[in-house]
Amino acid sequence: MAEVSFEGVTKRFGDSVAVDGLTLRIADGELLVLLGSSGCGKTTALRLVAGLEEVSEGIITIGGRVVNEVDPKDRDVAMVFQSYALYPHLSVARNIEFPLRQRGMAKEERAAKVKEAAVTLGLDTLLDRKPSQLSGGQRQRVALARAIVRDPQVFLMDEPLSNLDAALRVQTRADIVALQSRLSTTTLYVTHDQVEAMTMGDRIAVMSHGVLQQVAAPEDLYAQPANTFVAGFLGSPGMNLLPGKVAHGPEGDVAVEVSGGSVPLPPALRAAAAGAAEVVLGLRPESLRLDPVGPLQAEVTIVELLGAETHVICATPDGSRVIVRQPPQAAKPAPGDQVHIALDPDPAALHLFDAVSTQRIAGP
Amino acid sequence: MPRHSRRLRRAGSYAALTLGAIVVLAPIYFTIVNSLLPSDQLAHQPPPLFPTDPQWHDYSEAWTSGHLGRYMATSAIMTITIVVAQLVTSTLAAYAFAFLRFPFKRTLFLLCLATLMIPFEVTFITNLDTVSSLGWFNTYQGLAVPFLATGFGIFLLRQAFLQIPKDLLEAARLDGYGHWRFMVRVAVPLARPSLAALGVFSFLAAWNQYLWPLVATGGTSPLDTVQIGLKQLLGTSAQNIPIALAGAVIAFVPLVVLLLIFQKQLVRSLTAGAVK
Amino acid sequence: MTVTSVGLGGRAAAGGTARRTRLFREAGLAYLLLLPALAAFGVFTFYPFLRNFKLMLYETPPVPGLPAHYVGLHQILPTLTSAQFTQSLVTTLVFVVLVVPISLILGLALAVAAHRRLKGIGVYRMIFSSTVVSSVAVASVVFGTLLNPVVGLLPWLGINPTPPALENSTWALPAVAVITIWQFLGLSFIIMSAGLQSVPDELLEAAQIDGAGPWTRFWRMTVPLLSPTIFFALVVSTIYAFQSFGAVDILVGYQNAANLHANVLIYEIVNTLQMENNPGAAAIMATVLFLITLGLTLLQMRFLERRVHYAN
Repeated sequence: MAEVSFEGVTKRFGDSVAVDGLTLRIADGELLVLLGSSGCGKTTALRLVAGLEEVSEGIITIGGRVVNEVDPKDRDVAMVFQSYALYPHLSVARNIEFPLRQRGMAKEERAAKVKEAAVTLGLDTLLDRKPSQLSGGQRQRVALARAIVRDPQVFLMDEPLSNLDAALRVQTRADIVALQSRLSTTTLYVTHDQVEAMTMGDRIAVMSHGVLQQVAAPEDLYAQPANTFVAGFLGSPGMNLLPGKVAHGPEGDVAVEVSGGSVPLPPALRAAAAGAAEVVLGLRPESLRLDPVGPLQAEVTIVELLGAETHVICATPDGSRVIVRQPPQAAKPAPGDQVHIALDPDPAALHLFDAVSTQRIAGP
Repeated sequence: MPRHSRRLRRAGSYAALTLGAIVVLAPIYFTIVNSLLPSDQLAHQPPPLFPTDPQWHDYSEAWTSGHLGRYMATSAIMTITIVVAQLVTSTLAAYAFAFLRFPFKRTLFLLCLATLMIPFEVTFITNLDTVSSLGWFNTYQGLAVPFLATGFGIFLLRQAFLQIPKDLLEAARLDGYGHWRFMVRVAVPLARPSLAALGVFSFLAAWNQYLWPLVATGGTSPLDTVQIGLKQLLGTSAQNIPIALAGAVIAFVPLVVLLLIFQKQLVRSLTAGAVK
Repeated sequence: MTVTSVGLGGRAAAGGTARRTRLFREAGLAYLLLLPALAAFGVFTFYPFLRNFKLMLYETPPVPGLPAHYVGLHQILPTLTSAQFTQSLVTTLVFVVLVVPISLILGLALAVAAHRRLKGIGVYRMIFSSTVVSSVAVASVVFGTLLNPVVGLLPWLGINPTPPALENSTWALPAVAVITIWQFLGLSFIIMSAGLQSVPDELLEAAQIDGAGPWTRFWRMTVPLLSPTIFFALVVSTIYAFQSFGAVDILVGYQNAANLHANVLIYEIVNTLQMENNPGAAAIMATVLFLITLGLTLLQMRFLERRVHYAN
């Protein structure tokens, strides 16, 4: 069993805290993505598992074994670096072979495994080349080959796609997912790209400033973000977040008053919202449409034509930005137009967060 | 690796580092201590670790009767002349190579670099004749004149000037700048780090020179530099050993101060050819 | 208006003549700027270099006062095969072999030791680089005293060679070698340090994760990747060793150098020039030195070409 777990792990560099009380369990065979912007602690967390950094507090286990004091080379993990970290003075074959030599494997066995890994990643014609003679994509595959050749308990990947151009990225993304699925090796994958996270992860752990924000499957993360950070981070364009106040109407109906209008709350949220005063209303662009009788009033600032869809970027009276996603055939407004915005009737389209704690206010 | 083993490894590192530091510093420490010892303690075995009765007068004597003050002055004049000359000639030449177009540019640049391959030990023979026939034997000019230009300086500064973005040059042109103004107002200020590196390197090389000051002033001369002066100081009887050591310390310390202040620049110039 | 020519100071004017004038002025300015440096090189580098070849053809008789007379190439062979020169050459080669490997190894060892993220490492690095500012004279005085049979450290260490170290034909050269090693240590450290810093940390981390222990990482990763730097240090230190002179002059002196097997090449050249008053022979020996230096430098440049394939 190769589960990986963080139990209350904190990592300090001098006075600054890179990872703050991280508790996270990655199941055997799972591909978990650590997602966040730069400086959020995701790479540090990865390096803690690798053993390249020492834990300040807490416990890390791999396969049930506490590894805090274990050397990287004895942890049975393989890492793919962002820059690939290929050994420039060794050929591709020797690069892939390197981890096996350290383990004292016999020559024939090594050759066989290298061949296997090379074939899996389509490198068998490149075995004699040096890294400097390879393209970016090829180098990336060598890095992967070097990782899989040992058949380790855990794969650690530090933004492996960020140095590839867009087209190659899409292809390689799918390749990595297929590879991981076939090998069923527990994988910890770090990235700042939410598209990568959404398409690749079994689960995603979102981090910000060293703190874990939420960990869930991509769909759940998208449908029910736990706080405003996660809500705004996922989705392209991100969720519209509008500050507002809860207002109680005469007939027991509850609405949220934001700049530009008053949005009624569905029954499920009424009770939960009762206690809150200042809130943040979250509305995804795809659940909005321009409708003359919509509750929200705003002025169009820019209309972006993307071909497959149109983004209408508006501003409410207090300057808050609201983006509406329209299908391409819908009537397009012009900048400066006053428009009304309506909400998808599905109650799940409306997200409510406490303004102070940023946490989600959820229904029963 | 268990925690205490890691601590052990760190202690081991410090031990190795300290050992290395002792090996490097021991001769200097020995020199400083011995420069302050009274004559009866000099031959003491084992050598004393600390001067209990420091003879500070050794230093003032080195300065006066040992003529070190005069030597330092000569060294200073020669070195500053050389540094200024090298900075000026290198800047002018490097500017031409970096910003101007003219025939034979490549050939002339290679020629400047070629001077680096001709060791001084080859040219000094004729330089001695040249300097003598100019009547400059045993003069300040004679000491400085073979070193007024350096291929290394031209190389270094041309590199620095080439780093300046072409846009700056074109903007200056649109503003009506002539070459002089551009050089003085833009190029030189932007190349300051390299100029500092070159300055420190030149200073060190000139100050520490031995061969030329020796042959260009012929024997004991009032115009000896510090380096030759040290030789004179040492070449006397054992009684004067502390004075000679004091002289060495006086000659060495200003350069150490230079190193402390300009460490970055010095390292930059020394590794200019090595690592990219 | 051509894209390539970015000239300052000239006004853009219609017509080819205006442009020609501008280019003419630019070239004129360039030559003016180059004049100081080229003049200095001409008089003090190129002219002496060329004159050296002329000097080689003239022999000055050992009797003082007689002028030099033209002997053509006939002086070259006798000078190069003379006992004095060959002994000097051998001495110098021994010296180089003594100085260079030890300097490199020590410099590398110190650089590796100081390549850690420890507290106070800056102080150590400063100490290790400090000998780079020492001059030959300072080092000679310092070590000359250390090796002094009466006031030095040797008696305390139980080493009492007779005759004393610096007057001893077996030990004079090694003593000078020690001085040179110490003096070169600072530069060796600086060069090796810079090289170590160019080895990416990530590579060593990857090797660590792949199971390589510290020794393996050093020999299979660091050293191969450091080889261009090591080679550079090798060439620089060899040239430096070939050019050593001051220590011999200060500590061993004119009369003794040959007898004590410490007459390195430069020493021999200076001696021939000043004591024997034979610039012709001196010029010949200097040319040999030049060829050696040139050979080493060209070797370094060839190696530099290959290095480009590495780091990319």
